[in-house]
Amino acid sequence: MLSRTAENLYWLARYVERAEYLARTIDATLRVTALPAAYIGKTNEWDSALLTAGVAASFYQTYDEANEHNVVDYLSFSANNPSSIRNCIEAARLNSRSVRTALTSEMWDTINSAWIELQAVWSKGTSTREDLAKFLRFVQETSLRFDGSAYRTMLRNDAYWFSRMGVHLERADNTARILDVKYHVLLPQEEHVGGPLDFYQWSSILRSVSALTAYHWVYRETLKPWLIADLLILNDTLPRSLASCYGNLVRNLDQIGVAYGRQGPAQRHARGIRNRLEHSNMNDIFQHGVHEFIQEFITDNSRLGEIITKQYLI
Amino acid sequence: MAVAFDEMNIPGGDLRPAYQELARWLKETPPEALEYRRQEAELLFRRIGITFAVYGEAESTERLIPFDVIPRIMSGKEWALLEKGLKQRVRALNMFLRDIYHGRDILRAEIVPDDLIFQNPVFRPEMNGQQVPHDVYVHIAGIDIVRVDAEDFIVLEDNARTPSGVSYMLENREIMMRLFPDLFARHRVAPVERYPDELLSALRSVAPQSASGEPTVALLTPGVYNSAYYEHSFLADKLGIELVEGRDLIVKNNEVFMRTTEGVKRIDVIYRRVDDDFLDPLTFRPDSVLGVPGLMSAYAAGNITLANAVGTGIADDKAIYSYMPDIVKFYLGEEPILKNVPTWRCREPKDLAYVLDNLGELVVKEVHGSGGYGMLIGPAATKATIEAFREKLKREPEGFIAQPTLALSTCPTCTASGLAPRHVDLRPFVLTGSKGTTIVPGGLTRVALKEGSLVVNSSQGGGTKDTWILDE
Repeated sequence: MLSRTAENLYWLARYVERAEYLARTIDATLRVTALPAAYIGKTNEWDSALLTAGVAASFYQTYDEANEHNVVDYLSFSANNPSSIRNCIEAARLNSRSVRTALTSEMWDTINSAWIELQAVWSKGTSTREDLAKFLRFVQETSLRFDGSAYRTMLRNDAYWFSRMGVHLERADNTARILDVKYHVLLPQEEHVGGPLDFYQWSSILRSVSALTAYHWVYRETLKPWLIADLLILNDTLPRSLASCYGNLVRNLDQIGVAYGRQGPAQRHARGIRNRLEHSNMNDIFQHGVHEFIQEFITDNSRLGEIITKQYLI
Repeated sequence: MAVAFDEMNIPGGDLRPAYQELARWLKETPPEALEYRRQEAELLFRRIGITFAVYGEAESTERLIPFDVIPRIMSGKEWALLEKGLKQRVRALNMFLRDIYHGRDILRAEIVPDDLIFQNPVFRPEMNGQQVPHDVYVHIAGIDIVRVDAEDFIVLEDNARTPSGVSYMLENREIMMRLFPDLFARHRVAPVERYPDELLSALRSVAPQSASGEPTVALLTPGVYNSAYYEHSFLADKLGIELVEGRDLIVKNNEVFMRTTEGVKRIDVIYRRVDDDFLDPLTFRPDSVLGVPGLMSAYAAGNITLANAVGTGIADDKAIYSYMPDIVKFYLGEEPILKNVPTWRCREPKDLAYVLDNLGELVVKEVHGSGGYGMLIGPAATKATIEAFREKLKREPEGFIAQPTLALSTCPTCTASGLAPRHVDLRPFVLTGSKGTTIVPGGLTRVALKEGSLVVNSSQGGGTKDTWILDE
């Protein structure tokens, strides 16, 4: 297939995934900030939201204060923020238009309808919490529909695999960023303070990767920070864990390698990361330093993005 | 202006036979049902994303072309005549182009004046002596046809460069079949859906000799911001070929390749929807980023076929248009089946004088204009506009032609105040490959939605209709 087509499919999937992640982040932050101060401590959760979205620096060029109104506006609707939800959907639609021939009509319809709704219903942002909740649900449903229609309607060929790679790479980045910002509440030495404060922080982390229910199913335990870290990093049954994303990335890259009859640096690099995840356990990670581990992962993950681009997309 | 020919009603109260069933159906169908279907059709168009862009309009970069749900109907007999005329016309266009870029018999015979060719900016000296496979220059032609009476078909314009609109012919039919299955059941409408197949086989048939047994065809688009982008992606999809942009292509050793995820792959035929000027920055406009550097040298080496060929603009130029009846006679020795609109060539002093004296009744067109831009419709223009045009004409008479204002035929159309007659034209699409010329029965009917308006161009507020040719 055309390199440009593969590139568009890959980025289209990344934009949709990113929009959903932003919606979940806002949703989780709203919940936690709605609690009385005694339950969440003095941290500014809206600042954390900006950090996990990776847009804190640019935010402060436009705004002075990270409060609900400003952050919701910046993450959801701002034209100045290149990865606001609105811009993600706009970019997804533009990408879809340029690769219409590689999309199934169901996928096109999902993105095009979302874009039409964005303009018709959400062009002025949201004014009430209720509106905002509706908007966030709309974004998450768009992503679910997009994923579902890709899964149900696309041929299993390189177009599908490039699109899936975009999803998994973006997803791994998002999960790693939450861990990067929140790692301090997962550290074992803070375990003894595990009062209500940490409980709500922990549940908020799980909620932002929609894994709160999953946690209970997997561990049948009350919330424990090292188990949360284990779930998000190493448990390959959770679709948003780093291990699961890399299991999928390696599989997609192998499928492409088989179809094209050759492997390259992207396959090797992805396998290297996956092997490291497979051979790690939480004890080692905590000893080595969770923060260092996560930062290293974020660098490695974006390096894979560059390698894929060089090998296939240009 | 004469009373327009009504395609449905015969003066005196009778109906033309092709419309009888439709009239019965209209009588049974309440107007609300029609309006409901119209809205449904609009929703479908928007969801599918069948939009076009209007240049010079910043805010609404994507617009829908209004769709009228009342079909335009033609009998099989009428179509048979039209089809014969179209084939004749396109054969002549191809022979004319072959001659202009080779022997130039027609210039020696003094049928067409030399300077009209050699001083014409759309004449491409690069094409002199260039061989094109099977001598086909115009693989896809869109011939604009109007009617003023029951007997004749008149050619308003030949489009031999990159004619657009065929996606509307196909999508309008799809949507009509979805919305009005019962109406279809009561007619025998000739299908149009094999157009993409015929186009693909025409394109494959003209692959260069150096191509492999299974030639690779691609559609070259200027990109998502082009007004006809939807059509480009639609056609690439229906043909099952890659939709490429200039930046996807490279030329190596006079062969054209596309960049793919598996390395580069050779292309043999390009269905290009990019104008000559932008095809190759090394040959034409150096500032073009839409084209492919080196494409013209690969073309000259005979390793790539461009459809349509480079330089076809010389055949559909409005100044050449007035010579078409003579061109048909010269190459084919036949009387032209399709008529021309009588045309005054403002470059000739006698014609110019007549035009200047009668500006209020004439339509004046720029020789190099298209899409309904830059023309004067005398009867509809204000005095000031006419005077401004008079000055333009005097300054550069060779840039204009003039024609009488035609009373284009009308068809019943949905309007705010119920069904009413509106003026229409028709663009059938004529395909030519190594095995000859084919035409899918139908075309794009454009309708001027404003009462009394004669301008059917989508860029000027025109709409479209499904076109039914009845299989008798």
